[in-house]
Amino acid sequence: MISCADAVQRLWSYLEDELTATDRQAVDDHLAFCRRCCGEAEFAAELRHLLASAGEVSPPLPDDVESRLLAVLDTFETFDDAETADSADQPGGNEEVQRDS
Amino acid sequence: MPDTTEFKEVVRPHLPWLFGLACRLAGDDAEDVLQDALVKAYRHYDQLRDRQATAAWLRQILVNQVRDRHRHAARHAEEVPVDQDDESTSLYRRLVDEDPLPYSDSLHLDFLSCFTIPDVWAVLDDLPDHYRTPLVLVHMYGVPTREAANALGVPLGTLLSQLHRGRQRFEDALWAYAEKHELLADRQGAL
Repeated sequence: MISCADAVQRLWSYLEDELTATDRQAVDDHLAFCRRCCGEAEFAAELRHLLASAGEVSPPLPDDVESRLLAVLDTFETFDDAETADSADQPGGNEEVQRDS
Repeated sequence: MPDTTEFKEVVRPHLPWLFGLACRLAGDDAEDVLQDALVKAYRHYDQLRDRQATAAWLRQILVNQVRDRHRHAARHAEEVPVDQDDESTSLYRRLVDEDPLPYSDSLHLDFLSCFTIPDVWAVLDDLPDHYRTPLVLVHMYGVPTREAANALGVPLGTLLSQLHRGRQRFEDALWAYAEKHELLADRQGAL
């Protein structure tokens, strides 16, 4: 039988359903006779619920932030266009350099 | 480079929750971090093979950016906080021992009901990054521990340890916050 410390250590993984079958059974066996750890488990479950509830509330995305985020991508498009134009001009540019030399 | 218009159409629906996650993980740097993540996503857009996986893909890139920023900050910090493995008293046991709500029939649950969602975020925001980030990803955004460990670039055992200590720190911080803001006194008056 695992100790209270071991049971408490595993409670969150137990609640997240991430324990092996053996470890889960060990926690179940402990909770079956330990009233205090049942309280710990109930408290951990409620705390987990509180955290998950907080995760469902997101700060709003301001319109100006969204605009700025997407505007950065436009600079790439502009850059791409310039790059394309540069590469199209490249042979002529090289010729000019060769002529100058 | 991918088509900008198409890329925008793909990411735009995800921006609200991405910004929320960025705020939770990077605080005031949220916009900068998200912008860096979007640029990286744009550059690697061809790696997104399954559109159904867009959310997970964007989340991974955002978390990578946050992780890099935290690492950079840690390198420049004068002192890197390292917690010893301790056996601190659980919040549940402290509640039972100290009985701050003597007229409550369900003490531990009544204690938690004192906290609003903004209270919870205020408590979380004060935790060190290496505790807050795993807590936010796993317990608030439902990311499986293996995926979170992968996203943060740490072994699973390290992540589980960070989660364990992070929860301890979070519980301690809840108690301190309740005392500081007299949440229990308000609750006692209501019982």
